[in-house]
Amino acid sequence: MFENITIGQYYQTRSPLHSLDPRVKLTGTLLYIISLFIVNCAAGYLLAALFLVCMIRLSHVPFRYIVRGMRAILFLLAITMLFNMFLTPGQVLWQAGPLHLTREGLTFAVKMAFRLTFLILGSSLMTLTTTPTQLTDAMESLMRPLKVLHVPVHEIAMMMSIALRFIPILMEEADKIMKAQMARCAEFDSKHLMKKIKSMVPLLVPLFVSAFRRANDLAMAMEARCYRGGEGRTRMNPLIYRTRDWIAYGVVFGFMAAAIALRVFSASLPFPLNL
Amino acid sequence: MGLKIEDISFTYETGTAMQVRALNHISCEIPDDRFIGLIGHTGSGKSTLVQMLNGLLKPTQGRILFNGEDIHGDGYDRKNLRAKVGLVFQYPEHQLFEADVLSDVMFGPRNLGLSEEECRKRASESLFMVGMGERFFKKSPFDLSGGEKRRAAIAGVLAMHPQILILDEPTAGLDPRGRDEILGLISEMKKKLRMTIVLVSHSMDDVARYVDQIMVMNNGKLVYNDVPSEVFRHHKELETMGLSAPQVIYIMEYLKERGLPVNTEVLDIQSAADSIMACMGPAGRGRS
Repeated sequence: MFENITIGQYYQTRSPLHSLDPRVKLTGTLLYIISLFIVNCAAGYLLAALFLVCMIRLSHVPFRYIVRGMRAILFLLAITMLFNMFLTPGQVLWQAGPLHLTREGLTFAVKMAFRLTFLILGSSLMTLTTTPTQLTDAMESLMRPLKVLHVPVHEIAMMMSIALRFIPILMEEADKIMKAQMARCAEFDSKHLMKKIKSMVPLLVPLFVSAFRRANDLAMAMEARCYRGGEGRTRMNPLIYRTRDWIAYGVVFGFMAAAIALRVFSASLPFPLNL
Repeated sequence: MGLKIEDISFTYETGTAMQVRALNHISCEIPDDRFIGLIGHTGSGKSTLVQMLNGLLKPTQGRILFNGEDIHGDGYDRKNLRAKVGLVFQYPEHQLFEADVLSDVMFGPRNLGLSEEECRKRASESLFMVGMGERFFKKSPFDLSGGEKRRAAIAGVLAMHPQILILDEPTAGLDPRGRDEILGLISEMKKKLRMTIVLVSHSMDDVARYVDQIMVMNNGKLVYNDVPSEVFRHHKELETMGLSAPQVIYIMEYLKERGLPVNTEVLDIQSAADSIMACMGPAGRGRS
């Protein structure tokens, strides 16, 4: 029953994007998101779209697979657009009762929709091409300077990777318990809200019990292998920058520079591009 | 009457790269008042098959009839079906959730909409049936031992008064004594309650002593469906499927090859010993 969640999933294949250092992908995604909020004209959005399309082609992930994950946030997108369209003050284009559709609202709504879409597509592209383990490794490595401020960087990264690792296990467990309770004639598809909440108890109690049991077992297993935190711990696959990673950094910074340039000179661009 | 399975197939993750065909054109019947062993190696499709029988999974092809009615037909009451075809999952103790054992066993009957009094009656009867007396009723299910938890969970399904009881690897993870207790309990239930029991297992030694019919699954197909002695005749084929006949059969086969005219169709150690003694002549008698 949980098969349709694609946000945050990894797509296994071989591609230039998959083989990049996860630190590059993490920083790159962050810079891309920041750039999305720097650009403010049609030319800028075009550039962002072009960059994204190139990256998707480079990732070898089927376009339809990425877009499928978008369906979950379609509702959120529609609401944002509606609010922006009707609540931004400016030149009124159409009016019905207290609702004013303004010219400024319309442009802003369209821009915001593009921003949000690109943001989601960009970040899901990162998770699709990077395994959760790589991602937490990258985070740990990038946050290392914070150690000076006594932030427990390694512990945070370890907790994150354990949490991510346990998502599929707990989902499977939930599915099993659900089936076992259904075999005892429990109903989980009740329309009545209170009944629905009540029907979750026979699922959640065993699920929590099993999560604690697993946590206990895992702690024991780590202890048995002499785990004692990040001090002096080495890696099986150390993160090393290669030439292609530096090229990738160059591309991302180039993109960001172009985005800034487009913002600065947006006023002097010809008509449709300066919107 | 009972369950009739007509040419069912099932595929997991249809249409993706990870497509797996778990069941491949299976047809069989599970008649009333029968003790059946369903044997297969891990991944042979036996767990998938039993989830079909009470409607938790829907076959991608084929039909399942319960007392003559298609269980996926329009308007069929599958909730009632799950009460009639009771399924005890692997590690059933993981489904316990109530504050005390009695209320947990009452969960199933309550879902059937029975009166509180009737639920209580059925729950206490089922608990007695699995050998858990009144002193357990108010205990927290989380304070029980592993074997007790499992028996409480079996009582939880028993309390719905199923016509067919399916147990998926009820002895998994138990020590030899716990295993014998559970198996003894099941065969006693069979005698007292006169219901059909389907015992899923990968161990021939577990089921051979109790069942009167064995179904063997391999790679999603039903390979054998016969009385135990007939199935064990194929012990060489069973080995290629990662299964084996009960150990006594091997001993008897070995003795026969060496020229001792023993009966190779015995299923338990006592009758094997009797057969060997009989062949040894008067010299061997009286020493057993």
